[in-house]
This record gives sequence, structure tokens and C-alpha cells, in this order.
Amino acid sequence: MKPRIPGQAAQARHGWWKASQWLALRRAAQVVFLGLFLTGPLIGVWITKGTLASSLTLSILPLTDPLFALQSLLAHHSLEGKVLLGAGLVLAVYALIGGRMFCSWVCPVNLVTDGAAWMRARLNLPEGVTFSRSSRMWILGAVLAVSALTGTVAWEFVNPVTILHRGLVFGALYGAGLAWVLVAALFLFDLAVSSRGWCGHLCPVGAFYGLIGRKSLLRVSAIGRQTCDDCLDCYKACPEPQVISPALKGATRGLGPLILSGDCTNCGRCIDVCPERVFEFSPRWMDRKSKDVSSQTTRDGTTQAAA
Amino acid sequence: MVEPSSPLETSRRDFLAATARTACAAGFFGTALGLWIGQARALPATALRPPGALAEDDFLGTCARCGLCVQDCPYKTLKLAEPGSGPTLGTPYFEARKIPCEMCSDIPCVAACPTGALDKSLKDISKSKMGVAVLVGHETCLNFLGLRCDICHRDCPLMGTAITLERSHNLRTGKHAMFIPTVHTEACTGCGKCEKSCPLEEAAIKVLPPKLALGVLGSHYRLGWEEKKKKGSALIEGTIDLPDRGYSPGEPVPPAPERNSQGGFKEFRP
Repeated sequence: MKPRIPGQAAQARHGWWKASQWLALRRAAQVVFLGLFLTGPLIGVWITKGTLASSLTLSILPLTDPLFALQSLLAHHSLEGKVLLGAGLVLAVYALIGGRMFCSWVCPVNLVTDGAAWMRARLNLPEGVTFSRSSRMWILGAVLAVSALTGTVAWEFVNPVTILHRGLVFGALYGAGLAWVLVAALFLFDLAVSSRGWCGHLCPVGAFYGLIGRKSLLRVSAIGRQTCDDCLDCYKACPEPQVISPALKGATRGLGPLILSGDCTNCGRCIDVCPERVFEFSPRWMDRKSKDVSSQTTRDGTTQAAA
Repeated sequence: MVEPSSPLETSRRDFLAATARTACAAGFFGTALGLWIGQARALPATALRPPGALAEDDFLGTCARCGLCVQDCPYKTLKLAEPGSGPTLGTPYFEARKIPCEMCSDIPCVAACPTGALDKSLKDISKSKMGVAVLVGHETCLNFLGLRCDICHRDCPLMGTAITLERSHNLRTGKHAMFIPTVHTEACTGCGKCEKSCPLEEAAIKVLPPKLALGVLGSHYRLGWEEKKKKGSALIEGTIDLPDRGYSPGEPVPPAPERNSQGGFKEFRP
């Protein structure tokens, strides 16, 4: 049987752009964010110096990975003000827009694991080994504990995100050397061993950014959930499908249509692939005032409007 | 009211078992990571840290591996450690024999460091301590062989201070002088220009991390002459000065024994 590819139904009904716009924008953002770092090494026009670990944009804007700063502070090292300011800025931005937007809109590893997921869907591969979604939290805890115990920034000894990004920036795209081996390993892991294994279950960077964004203002809302026809395309496309159910199917339990889990990466793929156009980006404060609540009460007679 | 149990709901027992399993796996992962860190924080003796780098353990806990220092190095001296290249992954270093430090007076690498892993209190590059040059090849150095190579001396940015030429007798020829390049560790910055310029196939002078290069005195060692200088007087008070035998103060010093024409002592009878 030919596998049902999420997005094909939406494309048939709404055209390519409507069925791909967030994916296209996201890929463009990933290319732009990488490009900011690469124009310097490639053509000598320096926009952003450094790497995702810590950078300086246009000689004025310092940004730093707050997870690095946290590890270093836990390891009893004092950091300079510039790096703390940079970490604070990153924390503030992701706290507003959703921490895991780093994962889906910026992180270069996302291209690798999305590629594996894309191929998985077309090869119709079985799920493979499944890890608990909480594994990444435990790994994050272990990383922080090891940092404190060894007095060093533990995750930076193995972090595929920064290894790949450093490889791309300092190898000026092609000379990334052994970073490509790591990329291949991650790709094969997600393809052959565990579906969405790395970014969805194990990566402690994602876990950390998920924590940052738990109360973020920008969310995806299943605002048109009453029209859902259970095609499951959103679940298949979503890298964190466990976040969808409470919003999409929570009407009977009095839950609003907002996807509130910090695990949601705000990638917007559910918006793209839904043939019924159930989802859209929404500010957090729209949860109770959505048109859905009133229409839902009249449609199936539940009384969650009072909840 | 009892809800009908659903196959999707997990029992408390299942939950605890799953949590325990994940916790054990995380513990295993943490242990493996800790062991790997122990392995991976070695620094090869040929890898030198940028100027102003904190002591290695502090450096590894403070450096973000961001590469800003590398990008601001105008001579491409600094590079980031790639997987398997030796120093701790992603940290900046240089190899003197490949590209030495040119000792920029504005120290751009230190200025670029956002974290403080490169210490901004270093204002004068000639005060930096990236390593210490050591003339290790006493059997290969051309000056030790009696030639006047002197390249390391002349290429030293602190010529005459960090490296001087010390004259000594050439025992092989019996009649020539040797000019031995001599490193003065208090002045040497470890920039590596000497190691780079040594014309031998393998450099006879090498920049090494200070600990390897210098040795360390035992903490209980005291240098008598330094202690005496600090105190300003003899370290032990009230020592008795015994009279010297066959001679008392005030008496004339006896004349030196006479010599014969061959230079020997006149009274000497073999």
C-alpha cells in the first residue's frame, strides 16, 4: 500500500503554497540564519561572527546560548557581562516566541532530522526503537549534573548542534570534515533506529529550550477544531505529535484550542498539512476568546465554554 | 466516581518502572559523558592556547567554543579543534611550527572573547604566557654545533630579552666560540616565532606549556640567598665565628709560595 504522505491532501485542495508555506518559510529562515554566519567566511562580508554557541552580529548584538552559560555557571566559572547579556537576550526572545522555535527555525540539525523523517514517511518505515519523550529531560539533568561535577561545560564535549554549526562556519560549508560523519550518523539514527529519535526524544538542547518556552506568547491554535475529520495528517507531520491531542481533541474535556505544551516547536507544519485548515498561529491570550468555544458549545452541546 | 480505565492510561507501577528505567539510562549516559570528558580534555604539548587564556581547567569551563577569537585573528594563527585533532573539541589553539602568534599589540583575539576565557586584564601582549620556548635539541641546534645560525634569536620579537646568545667555548675545535641561544623564561611569551623559524627538519627549539617546559620546585623548597635578601640579614642569628687556623686578625697574610720557571711550586718535591 502506498503510504499516505501528510500534506498531499492539503495540496490537492488548497494548492502548493497553502500546503507548504510554513515549511518554505522555515527552510528559508534556516538558510538565512546559517547564511548570516557564512557570508563572512565565504565572501568576506561579516554580518554575524562566531557560532550558535556565542555570536556578535553587526559588531553590536551579542547573543549566547543560555544552556552554555548555565553549564558554565554550574561548573563554578564566572562569565563576563557580555556573554550573560547575550544569554539573557536569547532567553527573553525564546520565552516570548516559544523556546523550541530555535529547534525548528534555527538549529542546523533540524534539516538533518527533518530529512530523515521525510524519507521515513516515503519509505513507510516502522517506528523503530521508541524512547520516552522525557528522556531528553533526564539527559539534560545528567548534562547539568556532569557539568557541576567535572567543572566544565559537559554538553559541549559532544553537542551535535554546535559541532555541526562550527563545522559549517569554520569549514566554510564544505570543509566540515568529521562533522559530516556526525550528520550522517544522526540521519541514519533517525531514519533506521528511531523515528524522530534525536530532536524529538533525546536532545537536551531541545529539552532546555522547551523549558524556556513553556509560557511563550506565540502558539499554534487548533482554532477550527470542530471541522477536524480525523485524517491524522497533522499527527504524522508533527515532530512532537503528543502536543496536538489536548488542543485538537480537548473540547470535551474543557480544554482550549491552544497547543500549550513547551514541546511544540512552532514549526507550523500542522497548519500546512491540514486539509480542513484547522490550525493557525495565535497569541496565547486568544485561548478562551476563540470563536471555537462558542461554536463548539452549539455544535456538540458540551459546556466547556464555562471552563 | 470511578472513571472507566482506558488502555492508554498507565498504572502507577508502570509509571514508576518506566521512570526508573529512564533514570538508570540517564545515569549511564551521565557516567559515560563524564568518562569521555576525562579523556577528551587532554591538551597535546604542541597545542598552545591563545594569549590571555585562563589556566586549562578554568579555560575549558569558560570557553564557549564560539570561534570569535579565531575569526578575529588576522594571521589565521588560531583554529578551532575539530573532532580528533587533539585539543578539546571546539576550543581555540595554535601550533607554533605551523603559524605562530604574531603578537598583535591590540590583541584582537582577547578583545573578541565574550566569556572571559581569554582574560581581558592582559593589556600588553609582551606580558602574555602562551607557553615557554625551550631549546630541546642540544645535539641538533646549529649553534650548538658551532655554527652561527642564530635565526631563532633574530626572529624573536623580544630579541636580546627573551632569547640571548650566550658565548661559550667550543670544546670540539678547541679554539672557537659557540653562541648558544638562551631563553629567558620570565620574558618569553611563547609566541612560537623561534619554533617556526628554526631551519631544521624538526625544530630544535620548541614552545611548550609552561608546566612542561619549566619544571616546578617542591613547595617546601626555599632558596637561602633569596630568603636572606628578603630578611635583610643572616637567616640564623648568633652563629659563632671560629678563628681561622694559622692566622689571626691583624697579622700580615703570609706570602704566596714561590714558583719555578715551569710554573710549578719551588718547594714541591714529587
